Amino acid sequence: MNCDEFVELVTAFLDGAMDEPTELRFLTHLTVCDDCEMCLEQFKQIIAMVGELPEASLTVETRDQLRGAFRALRRG
Amino acid sequence: MAGARELPPDEVLVRRLRDGDEETFALVLDTWSGGMLRLAMSFVSTKASAEEAVQDTWLAVIRGIGDFEGRSSLKTWVYRILVRTAKTRGSKESRTVPFASLQPEEEGPTVDAARFRPPGERYPGHWAVGQEPRPWPEDYVLRGEVRELIAEALDELPPRLRAVVTLRDVAGYGSEEVCSMLEISPGNQRVLLHRARAFLRRKLEHYLSGVHDVAVGGDERGLR
Repeated sequence: MNCDEFVELVTAFLDGAMDEPTELRFLTHLTVCDDCEMCLEQFKQIIAMVGELPEASLTVETRDQLRGAFRALRRG
Repeated sequence: MAGARELPPDEVLVRRLRDGDEETFALVLDTWSGGMLRLAMSFVSTKASAEEAVQDTWLAVIRGIGDFEGRSSLKTWVYRILVRTAKTRGSKESRTVPFASLQPEEEGPTVDAARFRPPGERYPGHWAVGQEPRPWPEDYVLRGEVRELIAEALDELPPRLRAVVTLRDVAGYGSEEVCSMLEISPGNQRVLLHRARAFLRRKLEHYLSGVHDVAVGGDERGLR
């Protein structure tokens, strides 16, 4: 496997969505190529950073309206 | 992201919601709405419209909780209602986001071919000299501005890519759930997710190499 193929397969690898021969070629490349190891590491960093993004939130008005609607509809 | 806000199991949540327990409603509302807003933004054109889509979704949830059959998780059920609501709203705004097939621009490599050695050279297909991924300085990665950059880059993504990466990496869904929510094949889901991640990685790489060069160059210029 070459680097240009490796970089396109990172997500398939992380999802465990590769057939066995491809995974073996991927892992073999990983053991011999520091650059691609770095690239894989950076994908993991990106995924971690995206997962830690501060969340958007509803406006206070919408939130209050929805709580009111819940009270009205569920309690009758 | 799991763990920070532990919710009771679905059967407890559903029972309490049906009983009209407002505390439980507030809990799921506050826990899920952030991710829902981000997802809704993939389908509609403004933040206000995304907020309305989320609001409509919760109203449908309040009305429909009695009909929830537990065939999927409660959260997946809520997200499915959101996707439907936001899609309808988006198409009224003439923003249709077809997911069934890949667009031509979504095929092809995610890394510029010029970064690899061309055929005919020694080691074709390997990183070209000077084009290899370089380590990211840890102190930059930890800075708030990098987070901001990633948030902006997410907003720049085409809607389909944004929807998938939002569900997978922001909201933490597995691929099967995402395929089911967006009605796409596992293969297409993976292509969209990989393109989205590669886009974000490229943005950050570009930014960090720029920061690095400026810092080095700045010192040199400072001597003059």
